Amino acid sequence: MTKNFLLLAGTAVLVAGCAAPLPVGERPKIAASDLDQLVAVSKRDFKARGIAGMDRLELDAAMRACNLHNDNPPREVSQPLEEQILKSIPFPQGSLLGDWKRGQRLAQSGQGMTWSDKPNIANGGSCYNCHQLSPQEESFGTLGTSLRNFGKIRGTSEAIQRYTYGKIYNSKAYNLCSQMPRMGHSKTLNEQQIKDLTAYLLDPNSPVNK
Amino acid sequence: MLKTLMGGAALALAAALPLHAQVDIRKETQRWQQMIAEGSPAELFEIEGEALWKKKQGPKNVSLEGCDLGQGPGVVKAAYAQLPKYFADADRVMDLETRLLHCMTTLQSRSPQDATQRLYGNADRPSEMELLSVYIAGQSRGVPMAPGTRHVKEREAFELGQKLFFHRAGAWDFSCSSCHGEADKRIRMQYLPVMSQPEGVRKIVATWPSYLVRNAQVKTMQWRIWDCYRQMRWPEPVFGSEATVAITQYLTVTGQGEPYAGPGTKR
Repeated sequence: MTKNFLLLAGTAVLVAGCAAPLPVGERPKIAASDLDQLVAVSKRDFKARGIAGMDRLELDAAMRACNLHNDNPPREVSQPLEEQILKSIPFPQGSLLGDWKRGQRLAQSGQGMTWSDKPNIANGGSCYNCHQLSPQEESFGTLGTSLRNFGKIRGTSEAIQRYTYGKIYNSKAYNLCSQMPRMGHSKTLNEQQIKDLTAYLLDPNSPVNK
Repeated sequence: MLKTLMGGAALALAAALPLHAQVDIRKETQRWQQMIAEGSPAELFEIEGEALWKKKQGPKNVSLEGCDLGQGPGVVKAAYAQLPKYFADADRVMDLETRLLHCMTTLQSRSPQDATQRLYGNADRPSEMELLSVYIAGQSRGVPMAPGTRHVKEREAFELGQKLFFHRAGAWDFSCSSCHGEADKRIRMQYLPVMSQPEGVRKIVATWPSYLVRNAQVKTMQWRIWDCYRQMRWPEPVFGSEATVAITQYLTVTGQGEPYAGPGTKR
């Protein structure tokens, strides 16, 4: 009995002497102070190169909220931000449907915006990296939802055109912590390019809808 | 009868599918990986790395053979598998590449400019860092990955790495987790391992540094992280910085226990 007790006590000391296991496999909770630390560390340990400037490490209200809430902020946080972002999208006047053939080339191209890209090159939309679109393109990613028959399902109404254009311009207007890059807001794509991609998604003649 | 029926159904299904649909990309990739792993060219680079380890260089004209990689000066056996770890002489956690840089600038008294002039090489201009890394890592074959987890700074590095892994920033709002956070997802045809989980990352940390077929070079874990951040559209991570070591520490601790099976061969 005494021996058992001593053995137990000894085990307790040993356990106390070991550090607690690290939280492997978990997603850490991020407090405001953690976020400040992460921004400071990234500014210290990353440097501007080529077109990739240090301004890219600044967090706007959307990215602050997403980082603080593990990409799942409460509705009272996300809703006002989404509304504000939607108002900030500069929708062009008139039809938002450009040329689907040019849009197809943009959807295929994944170039642009890295520090090894020269300034003023024609950026692509990188769409196929994450989305299925035309049935002819078999090399597509699956991080994003399939956009096969996107326009065939939704039609080409003004509302759908605006949603499609807006989603490409700034995806965070519709889902604050969407994993999709803000193609217009980040100046990856310009107005005409986003119109061309909108046509690629919506035009009945586009292979996306065939 | 049932067997025949099922066989017939399978045949009919196969006939209905276009040719490409019958190829399981993942199986094919695995088969290819196995094929190239059996005769990895990384070993040729290890020989060059060993020569560089023993080459007298710098103002003091000494080799790196006196470098302490964590198991005592000059001990290369099983050293890589026990990194990253805390080094009292530098008062920080270091991965292999960071420690090599430290030895170049202290033991060999080389200037930081000299030591960092070719961190990433190509076929025409190989990198001393990459060759050294592949030699040292090769001396850990079969040794279970066991990075330091007891020192407070080792624990802080893990925690910082874990937070950085999920930290979204850059022109496209990406974190490491944007691509390596969900199972069975691809970019184009490339399946992405879930690096935040042991089962997703064990094989990864046990095969870097690696020979990259597309570069015809051996590449380090520092390079892998650097090229990820490039594609994430962030600014450039500083080689050997606390942030990069923290990410390696996080990934290695998450994948610890896997016997080191590199230097590997990758696409």
